[in-house]
Amino acid sequence: MEQRKRPLAPHLQVYRLPLTAVVSITHRMTGVLLAAGLMLFVLSLAVIQCGASSFQAMQSVIHQPLIGIAVWMMIYALFFHLCHGVRHLFWDAGEGYEKPLMNYYILLEMFASVALTFISFLFVQLGS
Amino acid sequence: MEYRTPLAKARGLGSAKSGTTHWWMQRVTAVALIPLSFWLILFINQLFNASYVDIKQWLISPVNFTLLLAWAFTGFYHAALGLQVVIEDYVNPDWLKIALVWIIKLTFTGMAIASLVFAIRIAISAG
Repeated sequence: MEQRKRPLAPHLQVYRLPLTAVVSITHRMTGVLLAAGLMLFVLSLAVIQCGASSFQAMQSVIHQPLIGIAVWMMIYALFFHLCHGVRHLFWDAGEGYEKPLMNYYILLEMFASVALTFISFLFVQLGS
Repeated sequence: MEYRTPLAKARGLGSAKSGTTHWWMQRVTAVALIPLSFWLILFINQLFNASYVDIKQWLISPVNFTLLLAWAFTGFYHAALGLQVVIEDYVNPDWLKIALVWIIKLTFTGMAIASLVFAIRIAISAG
């Protein structure tokens, strides 16, 4: 029997997601990542209450370049999640649905999250 | 033979009278976390740069101690609410979904309690 050619819905594997969808799923992924990162926050408190030698050991670990990069990537994830979260709050208030401005808003939150990460990085570096 | 009335079947399946609480608390904690995230940067700055004596003094000042616990509790609450949505969206079998949501809630409650205990121990050892 001959197979009839039926129209196919866009398949997720071959469908290029629009930028809005990429940002949306990134918001989720950064959220999950940050939830895992909260464990590191608890860990840092645990280390501080352990005493001076454990704290100094942790400090030498986070001063390793690779660990430092991982920490700053987490902080970037935090600011990305924060900036896109602010947009979600605007959406919840019924604002910011203009379709032509969608990509502009994305650029705005990208810029804001990179800038906030960079300012924080400078702040921490200058404090040392 | 089905003896249950349509009303009895519908009871317990519909509104649990708290349907908006999850959504609403996600937003309330989100707003609170905007300023608190900047406090986290101050804390990370201490982790990178302060001596042990200094970070303890910094943490137990009334403002920072308050913000530490505010950040921790709000963050854990927000994270648990968010992970719950992710699980509900992507996990299919009901038993697994319920089990994972329970695990998330218990884990984050436990982490909040642990943070409180650690914070108190830091305060006692510094005082």
